[in-house]
Amino acid sequence: MAEIDGTIEEMLLPYPEMVKKNRKKHLIVKDEAAACCPQIEANTRTIPGIISQRGCAYAGCKGVVVGPIKDMITITHGPVGCGYYTWGTRRNKARADDTTPPEKIYSTLCFTTDMQEPDIVFGGEKKLAKMIDEVVAAFHPRAINICATCPVGLIGDDISAVGKAAQERHGISVIAYNCEGYKGVSQSAGHHIANNKIMENVIGTGSERKPGTYVINILGEYNIGGDGWELERILKEIGYTVNCVLPGDSSYLDIKTLHLADLNLVQCHRSINYIAEMMETKYGIPWLKVNFIGVESTIESLRRMARCFDDDPLEEQTEIVIARETARIFPVMEQYRKICQGKTAFLFGGGSRAHHYRHLLADLGIEVSVAGYEFAHRDDYEGREVIPTIKTDADSKNIPELHVTADPILYRDAHTRLNMSREKFEELSSRVQLGYYEGLYPHLKDGHIMVDDYNNHETEEMIRALKPDIVFTGIKDKYITHKQGVPAKQLHAYDYSGPYAGFNGAIIFARDVANALSTPAWKMVTPPWDNYDNAQGSEDNA
Amino acid sequence: MKRQVAIYGKGGIGKSTTTQNTVAALAESGKHVMVVGCDPKADSTRLLLHGLCQKTVLDTLRDEGDDIELDKILKPGFKNTMCVESGGPEPGVGCAGRGIITSINLLESLGAYTDDLDYVFYDVLGDVVCGGFAMPIREGKAEEIYIVASGELMALYAANNIAKGIKKYADNGKVRLGGIICNSRKVDNERPLLEAFAEELGSQLIYFVPRDNLVQRAEIHKKTVIDFDPTSGQANEYRNLAKAIDENKLFVIPKPMKQERLEELMMQHGFLDAM
Repeated sequence: MAEIDGTIEEMLLPYPEMVKKNRKKHLIVKDEAAACCPQIEANTRTIPGIISQRGCAYAGCKGVVVGPIKDMITITHGPVGCGYYTWGTRRNKARADDTTPPEKIYSTLCFTTDMQEPDIVFGGEKKLAKMIDEVVAAFHPRAINICATCPVGLIGDDISAVGKAAQERHGISVIAYNCEGYKGVSQSAGHHIANNKIMENVIGTGSERKPGTYVINILGEYNIGGDGWELERILKEIGYTVNCVLPGDSSYLDIKTLHLADLNLVQCHRSINYIAEMMETKYGIPWLKVNFIGVESTIESLRRMARCFDDDPLEEQTEIVIARETARIFPVMEQYRKICQGKTAFLFGGGSRAHHYRHLLADLGIEVSVAGYEFAHRDDYEGREVIPTIKTDADSKNIPELHVTADPILYRDAHTRLNMSREKFEELSSRVQLGYYEGLYPHLKDGHIMVDDYNNHETEEMIRALKPDIVFTGIKDKYITHKQGVPAKQLHAYDYSGPYAGFNGAIIFARDVANALSTPAWKMVTPPWDNYDNAQGSEDNA
Repeated sequence: MKRQVAIYGKGGIGKSTTTQNTVAALAESGKHVMVVGCDPKADSTRLLLHGLCQKTVLDTLRDEGDDIELDKILKPGFKNTMCVESGGPEPGVGCAGRGIITSINLLESLGAYTDDLDYVFYDVLGDVVCGGFAMPIREGKAEEIYIVASGELMALYAANNIAKGIKKYADNGKVRLGGIICNSRKVDNERPLLEAFAEELGSQLIYFVPRDNLVQRAEIHKKTVIDFDPTSGQANEYRNLAKAIDENKLFVIPKPMKQERLEELMMQHGFLDAM
């Protein structure tokens, strides 16, 4: 414990006093003797000049939430870079299905108004309107998203008005997102903006319920490397009807009927909890936080969801599938576990992965000593019980809250949706913890570090001091890790691999991690500066 | 060495009229002058050109991309003054400030700032509301600023605000305030008020232009007074203003006032004396 505190002190040493004071509030060392989680500062402004790993509101809205919707055309209204550099980078896979033929899939394409200087000066509304007309003529999409970039907000283009006019002109839904990059303190603002618009404009507009006894949605699952497909495979075998995976491989048609499910599963709490909560208020659909990353956590999530329907055959089928799958994958996992056992890792991710992957790594015998989120809020660290105590500041107030009320026609009490008495539902609710997320902190062990809005300096210093065997992170600090001779796996898009979710995903992940750990390349890395002695070094500098 | 001059002032105060009449007087005395209109309305050179400029820099940029010929946008006006309008978006859309930046950069790269020019005048709309409208006073552009004002409260508010903008750039660069030009509205005690205001800023009232309806008559004929009625008294007033600017030696970093001080000044010199 004291040693870890010393490491942190040393890491903070180069900071000016003000910065040190600020960053200390974003760093928590788990103390198992303490009664509860100490308060962490989160979702606040990044210190200017620190090389943060955060993204922008546009990245959160377009890049994360609305971009993967396969049959909507998402137009980036702005200079070309914003659209280009968010094009397919998260590897959200999509395929044709019964209702969406291949020619209706646009998520693999990149649409942008490519604003030029004259568009900034004279306004870009006409160009945007023209582009909508062109994409409608060329592609006939079912619906269109317009995502704003920074300059659009600065010059005041009214994208909502352009969208509304286009909607009337073409008779299809055109949704405008004011997700200018500068809004909020991180991409989290963009998730919220996207959640609000989807809730307002899409959910509840469809009317045909998919057949099945147990109809569920998976919210906050992005189908990176095919994660969502693996989950669908497992859930279908148990007997669930997966109404919609939002937004991974989802279609506009599916999202319209999102409200026609009995239960919402929430995978990524941070990016989608707004929709889960609003759907509970508006339609009465309960939500359950799940984690399908890791064998043990997948099993636990499957058992918890089965309990929600209080149905013996369903629980039996769940156990049959679990037994069959584990019998199949454990021998394979075991080979990789031998390589991984006893290693340590750092785990950095957006707002869920630093928690989710801890369980998969535990399956392999790897301990996560440092875990950090880019853009999580306090509830993602400390649990949802702290939500009432979270102070709203000017930045969070700047993101509109959508207030929904119970729908007079479509609202049905949660217990009737799950076919049980109110009493039974109350009992179930506390047993499987419906509508609750405990956060990352309870999963840490004594002396583990939890860090918010981690940055290059801190990552580098902690790697130097704690010498993890492998680092799981995003693209921005993957290479600073490599340069220190430590393997790094990119968890935002899985490099070129995946799926990592569910049972099959666990094997692929285990293989990738074992490969990374056993590759001799990292021991051979000698940075050029290590070959210079001091004299030669100073000569070179002169 | 050409002098680059920017004229600022509250909207509707008479910046364009004053600028063009001054330029006409300078041209008449043999100076070679370029006028850069920095107002999206593109009416800063109407009196020199005897009509509205047909093609602005930004219109041309929009219609023809980057392949712009200088002679398409730079037109000779009264006594061979060179006239160009930056132009800009219609009201309520786009970014007029960015337009001015783009336009001035483009004029530079097209070589509009020739060595034979004695003066470049920038006629800038209204207040220094954003970075774009400060473009003419940024490094390497206008180094002397004149603020057109009158004895009306709002005109002095605006002038004081503009002084704040000048100070910001003056502290790090070469831009200086050359003086206040009073375009008289026949307000009570106007001259002493403006003199006191200018002095408080650390500057001077460089000229007091009296009100004369001849100016309006000339405008209807799309001409400056010097062009329309060269022998009139008002034409001489503008010649004197031009001379004062040409011979000006007092260039200062302005000391803008706090709102309270400005109002105090108004009470002291404007209303109280009149009562």
